[in-house]
Amino acid sequence: MMPEDGVVVRMKGIVKRFPGVVANAGVDLEVRRGEVHALLGENGAGKTTLMNILYGIYHPDEGEIWVNGKRVTIRSPQDAIRLGIGMIHQQFRLVQTHTVVENIILGLKEAFFFPDRPARRRILELSEHYGMKIDPEARIWQLSAGEQQRVEILKVLYRGANILILDEPTSMLTPAETHDLLRTLRRMAKQGQTVIFITHKLEEVIEVSDRVTVMRQGKVAATLNTSETNPRQLAQLMVGRDVLFRLEKKPIQPGEVVLDVSGLNVLNDKGLPAVCDLALQVRAGQILGVAGVSGNGQRELVEAIAGLRPVVGGRIAVNGRDVTRLLPRARIESGIGFVPGERWMALVPSMSVAENLILKNYVRSPIGRGIWLDRRAIAVYADALINQFAILTPDRHTPLKKLSGGNIQRALLAREMSEKPSLLIVAQPTSGLDVGATETIWQMLLAERERGTAILLISDDLKEVLSLSDRVAVIFEGQIMGEFLAEQADLEQISLMMAGALRLSDANVVGEAA
Amino acid sequence: MGVNIFEFILLALRAAIPAGTPLLYGTLGEVYAERSGVLNLGVEGMMIMGAVSGFAVAHTTGNVWFGILTAALVGGLLALIHAFACITLRVNQVVSGLALTMLGLGISGMMGKRYVGQPLAARLQPIHIPGLSDLPVIGELLFRFDILVYIGILLVPLLWFLLYKTRLGITLRSVGENPAAADALGVNVAFVRYAAVVFGGMMAGVGGAYLSVSYAPAWIEGMTAGAGWIVIALTIFAIWDPRRALLGAYLFGGVRVLQYRLQPLGISPNLLNMLPFLLTILVLWISSGEAARRHIGAPAALMTPYSREER
Repeated sequence: MMPEDGVVVRMKGIVKRFPGVVANAGVDLEVRRGEVHALLGENGAGKTTLMNILYGIYHPDEGEIWVNGKRVTIRSPQDAIRLGIGMIHQQFRLVQTHTVVENIILGLKEAFFFPDRPARRRILELSEHYGMKIDPEARIWQLSAGEQQRVEILKVLYRGANILILDEPTSMLTPAETHDLLRTLRRMAKQGQTVIFITHKLEEVIEVSDRVTVMRQGKVAATLNTSETNPRQLAQLMVGRDVLFRLEKKPIQPGEVVLDVSGLNVLNDKGLPAVCDLALQVRAGQILGVAGVSGNGQRELVEAIAGLRPVVGGRIAVNGRDVTRLLPRARIESGIGFVPGERWMALVPSMSVAENLILKNYVRSPIGRGIWLDRRAIAVYADALINQFAILTPDRHTPLKKLSGGNIQRALLAREMSEKPSLLIVAQPTSGLDVGATETIWQMLLAERERGTAILLISDDLKEVLSLSDRVAVIFEGQIMGEFLAEQADLEQISLMMAGALRLSDANVVGEAA
Repeated sequence: MGVNIFEFILLALRAAIPAGTPLLYGTLGEVYAERSGVLNLGVEGMMIMGAVSGFAVAHTTGNVWFGILTAALVGGLLALIHAFACITLRVNQVVSGLALTMLGLGISGMMGKRYVGQPLAARLQPIHIPGLSDLPVIGELLFRFDILVYIGILLVPLLWFLLYKTRLGITLRSVGENPAAADALGVNVAFVRYAAVVFGGMMAGVGGAYLSVSYAPAWIEGMTAGAGWIVIALTIFAIWDPRRALLGAYLFGGVRVLQYRLQPLGISPNLLNMLPFLLTILVLWISSGEAARRHIGAPAALMTPYSREER
């Protein structure tokens, strides 16, 4: 019953309104059998909403859906599954304490007693067929993000899906895992599966897709053959204007050493060594980027410097003053600003924008007066920051959680920078942000660098580290494997260092900036 | 001396098992309710309502089984109110549960006035298990309980098997751990939670009825005396596993009996009344550490209402 043109999914004139927003404003989408179809757009462009409609999680206010040439109404995920549609959400929907098998057979009407026994064989068959290694008896919490995603994909395949929707599938993965995933997707397409791939990453679109539909503000900007387009055109379609790809970075002569870490030893939550005899220095007006695969002590390192994690051995000095044993408040006073990788660690979601902006200085005048808060001072202060950092919010009273990810991050940076710190620690500043928001965050960091702040940047995104930093240090298992000037970075060397296969001896370390 | 210790253990079990049986029923039910993600602090209210309604019906009809059935229905009905509040209306589970406990204590006191001091003609008789009950000493001490005790014990492996080895159990546990995951795979989250909460209420009702138609057997106002609260603690002690619920229930049954045994020795009754609750704190402290070590804990979605379109 395949229509001539090979179109398996056709969505026509889809409209979906949420209170206050139109998420999809008349979207048309055509997906062909056996292709990898990328759905590209910034956060909030309506990609996920559109796919949630196809999967029956949302119901469209207007529009038609055709699957395999037949008009269908999809009321729930069950309906979608029956039509052969499976969706892998960005946040994995897995039961952490259960085994792989238990997660896969959940909700199926198979054997009542010991349902895991026949399922196990089938899972092993599927995983072999598509080249996805998995241990069916492993518990989800024991698996890496990449393996968990395989479970999600297997869950969908087990139900006999032949149209797979993946929502931002690479956002949680390491580069190597991303590579594996993209290869698996190609293999699936070759075997007749249809893959719809939601992303905001241009290079993935180019690498894996056959065709691409670009969405902007709830509408389709264009559908193109991937082979006939390029990243620049896609970025323009996506953002609606030219995107800065090369950062304008003014050369700055680095100043005094601001952060001086030596012989640092820190333990992780399990009490095992996470940072081992680590030494690094950051100078005024300099960005030191720490690159590495996540989980190699980055988190423990920044928390130790910010005073949130006890130091087992070694010394942390800021502006020549030993802060190793100081409380976080005292460190803030000595000029440390901190933007943690987990945004909500430093913000209160349900409190207003203004309240979040004064979280660090409400105790001091002019905002704090004895036991009172000066409302007028708060208003002036908050509005000034909202203007200066272009935080997009209805007003300062809006609960912070109502803002978009980019604006939440901007508010956090605004608060930390408004204190004019001499050292700014920034972890994963753009994780989860779209191209436009990422660009403005980068500009904010570069402006702060020009002001003469020493910036310690930790990021899992290697591209970000390389484009922002003056110097780059690679961390592996809590140790610095090598440090070099960003413009002298050699990608191959960096990957080796990230994998722990190469360590520059001290003699090889490229000297302080010329 | 050796014989004495042996006899002492048997005597202790002889007393602890019936005393722990209401706790066992309540805990098994609460394990299932919490596994689905709903905390039911109304157990105390459901137990006492089960006790009073079970006694009333057994007393009026002269049939114990009618009484027990009524207790189950009444417990289930109260739990249905809790389910409606927590699952459909999505109100705070603590508030709803506390309200039901207070409601149950109040209504049971009012309804039970005329049954205070009344004897129960019909009651559960110890059953005779051929062979086992005839054993010397052990038979007399351990195999002369009434049927509800044995049903309670048999429910343990049954509920354990259902929870871990069947489709039903996987569904229930998934709903309590990650309702979004279950929903995405076509599980009716609300239905599963309703069923689990109502089942929990019915079990609490039966537990209460056991007190009034078998253990006492009489109606005394406030006779559950905090058993429902101990059930909440035992559920945590059991790490949401029916097998450990059995252990915990009998352990606490033993402590409750000990209270009465120690009183003649001149120990302050106020102090003794505190015993189960002191043990509760101790047990929670120990089991929380153990749960953390074994990477298991409360169902992840416990006390979190679920709604599909809210993220």
